[in-house]
Amino acid sequence: MDHRQQVRQFVLKNFLFTDDANALADGDSLIGTGIVDSTGILELIGFLEETHGIRIAPEEMVPANFDSIDAISAFLARRLGA
Amino acid sequence: MSALSFDVLDLDYGQEADRIAARLREVTARVLHKRGLVVAISGGIDSSCSIALAVRALGPERVFALILPERDSSDDSAVRARILAEHLGVRVETVDIAPALAAIGCYEARDAAVRRALPEYGEGWRFKIVIDGGIEGRINVFKLIAEAPDGTPHERVLGLSEYLQIVAATNFKQRIRKTLEYYHADRLNYGVVGTPNRLEYDQGFFVKNGDGSADVKPIAHLYKTQVYAMARHLGLPERVCAAIPTTDTYSLAQGQDEFYFALPYRSMDLALWALNHGRPAAELAAALGIGVDQAEAVYADIRNKRRTTQYLHRPPVLVGEVAELDLHA
Repeated sequence: MDHRQQVRQFVLKNFLFTDDANALADGDSLIGTGIVDSTGILELIGFLEETHGIRIAPEEMVPANFDSIDAISAFLARRLGA
Repeated sequence: MSALSFDVLDLDYGQEADRIAARLREVTARVLHKRGLVVAISGGIDSSCSIALAVRALGPERVFALILPERDSSDDSAVRARILAEHLGVRVETVDIAPALAAIGCYEARDAAVRRALPEYGEGWRFKIVIDGGIEGRINVFKLIAEAPDGTPHERVLGLSEYLQIVAATNFKQRIRKTLEYYHADRLNYGVVGTPNRLEYDQGFFVKNGDGSADVKPIAHLYKTQVYAMARHLGLPERVCAAIPTTDTYSLAQGQDEFYFALPYRSMDLALWALNHGRPAAELAAALGIGVDQAEAVYADIRNKRRTTQYLHRPPVLVGEVAELDLHA
């Protein structure tokens, strides 16, 4: 499973309690649509750190890096050099 | 439109005090059908102002004050609360809630979570939690600021589960207090006064079923600046009027703006007013002497907190309609 799929599945299962892939588009704002709140975003960051064995630095903790599946995929690609 | 300034928060306090008192009388008699009001007083400005308004509405003989300290409350808070109760001439009871909190596991659960982040934490240490990041446009993270018995400072970024457990355990304090408030309210056939100001109410700075629970909230529409001014108008003792807002919840003194709000309360009041009245961030920036980016970040932070704490205001959500109940006050 690629990074994008992994994140998608985490968001769908953990925040929306569904397997329905149509429940979320890759460009949807996770914060703007209310899918994740301030606690949720820390949960999401914890998931990324644990899954990829990385430490996300304070300067990387900006909403632009985590506000959609697209944004998270792009962030991971940069961080993991994929 | 004139330039944004703190003048926008000016009120006719005499008229407003009369209006609130009249409404409190009406609500207590005709909505709640109660004989008086219970107010827990912390020595802070909000509860002080609320109880003074309750006394103005019903007279001191129909207001019952509770002072509910625990291990981490500052002694000065209780002193201020006692001065106030005496000044107002209300009945007052002080209950140390520390034994109840210890029995329910509040301190133990909290300290266990603190030790997961800072293993050396123990007897004689003090700590607080601060929020970091939001105002710089970053995602808010929670930091543990601790002080060893010898005064050495320590700082750790809290993991989410540690943060949640510390807050969950600490919330026992507000919930045990509310249990006592309702005990006395039930015993006396009184209603319970909730004491948030507008900033706290709007931004969800309260514990659900803790300090958020009440039968009436007389100052929830007043900005904190206005609450201070109202306290002075009502002639409350100087020590009360000069109280600095703290959460009085953690063993190290914690300013409300360190824990929850992006700016000191006076600036937050103006920011909230300006946002509520559709004033552009540039105007707020000019009035507060901050950058436009920072003003935008404050607006975003206000909107974000308003959205994410909405559930705290909600009564339990029903799945089916029960239309027969008319709950409009």
